[in-house]
Amino acid sequence: MSEQDKKTPILDKRSSRRTFIKNSGLTVGGVVLGGALGSLLGKDSTKTKTIESHVHSEATAVNFNQALMYFDKTQFDTIEAAAEQIFPKTDVGPGAKELLVAYFIDHQLASNWGLNAKEYMTGPFFPTEATALFGHQTHLNRQQIFNLGIEALNAEAQKNYDNNFAALNEDDQIAILTAFEADEVTLNGAVTSGFFFRLLKSATIEGVYADPLYGGNKNMEGWKMKNFPGHQMSYANIIEKDEFVKMDPMSLNSQHNH
Amino acid sequence: MAKKLPKTDIVLAGVGWTGGIIAAELTRKGYKVVGLERGKERKTEDYLMVHDELRYQQRNEMMQDLSKETLTVRHDRTKRALPYRQHGSFLIGDGVGGSGEHWNGLTYRFFPYDFEIYTKTVERYGKDKIPADMPLQDWGITYDELVPYFEKFETMAGISGEANPHPEVPEVKYPTVPLKETPSMKMFREASKNLGYHPYIAPAATLSESYTNPDGISRGACQYCGFCERFGCEYGAKASPVVTVLPVAKETGNFEVRTHCVVRKVLHTNGKATGVLYVDTRTGEEYIQEADVVVVSAYVLNNIRILLNSKLGRPYNPETGTGVIGKNYAYQMTSAASTGFFKDKEFNLYAGTGALAGVLDDFNGDNFDHTDLNFIHGGNIALGHYGKRPISNNSVPKGTPGWGKEFKDESIFWANRSLSVGSQGSVMPNKENYIDLDPTYKDQFGDPLIRMTFNYKDNERNQQKYIREITTKILEEMGADMITTPGDQGDWDTTKYQTTHNTGGVIMGADPETSALNNYLQMWDCENVFVPGANAFPHNSGMNPTGTVGALAYRAAEGIEKYLKNGGSLV
Repeated sequence: MSEQDKKTPILDKRSSRRTFIKNSGLTVGGVVLGGALGSLLGKDSTKTKTIESHVHSEATAVNFNQALMYFDKTQFDTIEAAAEQIFPKTDVGPGAKELLVAYFIDHQLASNWGLNAKEYMTGPFFPTEATALFGHQTHLNRQQIFNLGIEALNAEAQKNYDNNFAALNEDDQIAILTAFEADEVTLNGAVTSGFFFRLLKSATIEGVYADPLYGGNKNMEGWKMKNFPGHQMSYANIIEKDEFVKMDPMSLNSQHNH
Repeated sequence: MAKKLPKTDIVLAGVGWTGGIIAAELTRKGYKVVGLERGKERKTEDYLMVHDELRYQQRNEMMQDLSKETLTVRHDRTKRALPYRQHGSFLIGDGVGGSGEHWNGLTYRFFPYDFEIYTKTVERYGKDKIPADMPLQDWGITYDELVPYFEKFETMAGISGEANPHPEVPEVKYPTVPLKETPSMKMFREASKNLGYHPYIAPAATLSESYTNPDGISRGACQYCGFCERFGCEYGAKASPVVTVLPVAKETGNFEVRTHCVVRKVLHTNGKATGVLYVDTRTGEEYIQEADVVVVSAYVLNNIRILLNSKLGRPYNPETGTGVIGKNYAYQMTSAASTGFFKDKEFNLYAGTGALAGVLDDFNGDNFDHTDLNFIHGGNIALGHYGKRPISNNSVPKGTPGWGKEFKDESIFWANRSLSVGSQGSVMPNKENYIDLDPTYKDQFGDPLIRMTFNYKDNERNQQKYIREITTKILEEMGADMITTPGDQGDWDTTKYQTTHNTGGVIMGADPETSALNNYLQMWDCENVFVPGANAFPHNSGMNPTGTVGALAYRAAEGIEKYLKNGGSLV
């Protein structure tokens, strides 16, 4: 800071401090937890217990989120089966089906993500000219790509195994998904099977690990498997620790409406 | 017809770090400043629900709505450019505070070598070291001249850090102590020291302790919550325009911010700007804001676009190498990163903050001898502890399938047992890497999008290959059981996130023939237009750019005041 600035402070420090507290909620004068969350955080530790019990009682109650916004029944069954092969139940913990990933994908497709609302969808389009390095270059939005992909999963299943995808055994489902990933299947539209597969795979991983508010990651089981604590206020006392610190995860629900 | 508004002293096209700094500096001197911001107002309370990886990271909550405006991309001039339809390789922020809201907070100073890169390269290695297609240029300003401006930025933001121990790097004293050092950072420090390198804790804008800056603004310490880059800080611990310079400007009563206002053009006649044409996207109405000084202070890419669409300055021509607007576009590389897997260790990797890292500069800049190497410059090497969130971090050892049972179990097992040692590889300018207007694609108003022609050249690919061996060596010394690397740098992947360190396009320099701006960031061709930002970098260095952007913004603020007092070209 230059000498000139020191001599001519435009802001009077005391008055500006008051204004900041009032107007912008900034932390002032060395208060550590003074930000947006601090006001809620600082109350007391009993809050955590209340939240815990709330979550547990919800778990046994009806989950009104388990219904469909976009898929029809066949589409849902197909995606539920495919997602389970991408992220299956193992000894380590639950798979996509138990974590309600197919509901997550359904809800996401019904949102602006399914319609590519915040992406540049103006033509002209040159889908065949674009290599994978140039990403999404089709006029189709994600709803349309899922429709085509699901249709093709079932067409492949019918052609090779005489049944719908969801009814096939594990090995046959994996064989079809592997062919999709390798671009060996033709979709009836301006998109490749590999592109659809990558979209499905990333949506599946999102559904496993996104905050449960989105309908997947049931009871934070995805986070528990990975020892991810979710929404926590501070790790200032953990960051330097040599030993691994396990803790019960918290969701954004614990922050809201309590 | 656009409605004409009363003239102001200074109008800003964009209210992020550079616009915010200029607003604070000039309003406190009594000048009236109007800030036009395409996005929304922002405040710390907005981040109550910020610990949401899906919303902020996967769905890019804080980034520009690309349905309204994007750019087109291609690898070389022979190809048709295609729209950048989704955020991928880099993220263009919007809203008050701009990229300064969602940045990581790593705050370095570019090296003395960077500012005089042409002269120093020729001095040490001779002219032949520079390839014919690399328009390497000095910046028209030296490190020593910039030191006071670096100090201003660091003091305002309260940068936390320790001195870089490398003997070639000038010493910096930071206003707050370094961030806490994690066990993995300690391993990195020890291993690097054993190998003869010079590791230290990276300088950070995420405060290590409570701090009151010279403007009287106090902020609390970082809580290491693990949601930093791509997220806003719910504590105000991460320095951003919203919690530092903008309140100072507002306090004066001389600053007005108009949000949801997109600047389409700088209006100018006879080599002088009269103001800007903008659209209020809420009413759909067009306005002309007249001003004595126009500051183009949006993100790098939008700055280039505004100038090209305004027909201001001479567009760059890659055939002849003449012209300046769009010239020397550069980027960075991340393909020298290696990942180590430690089967008997478990780290608290969910914790962290955007600027928490151990770093070394032994293979950055010209800190090592390039005589027998087939590239110039280099990159820093760092082990970051930024907070590993579960959707985007699924490291598995090489040979693991990408989905299915094995992928699931392995990605979960290694989630807290894998560490990456990365590098920010510098990118030198190339005659064929540039920005111009796209002939086909338009934005929401029918204005042309910009077209980015860019690929990694030999200098860059050779550099990453060299540095990758070092990152692997460090992980070996750290005792990793397995190490994987991404392999050689391929063609630029527009879809995979690499870095939002786009630079160049409206560069500074000493010569109006080869640069667009003088060393006050004032346009050579239009003396009342200033274009601060990373667009001014004639090349990109091997570290985060914001410290240098901040210093240049303070320099520009001084220039604007001089211009308003005396007029004319400042150099």
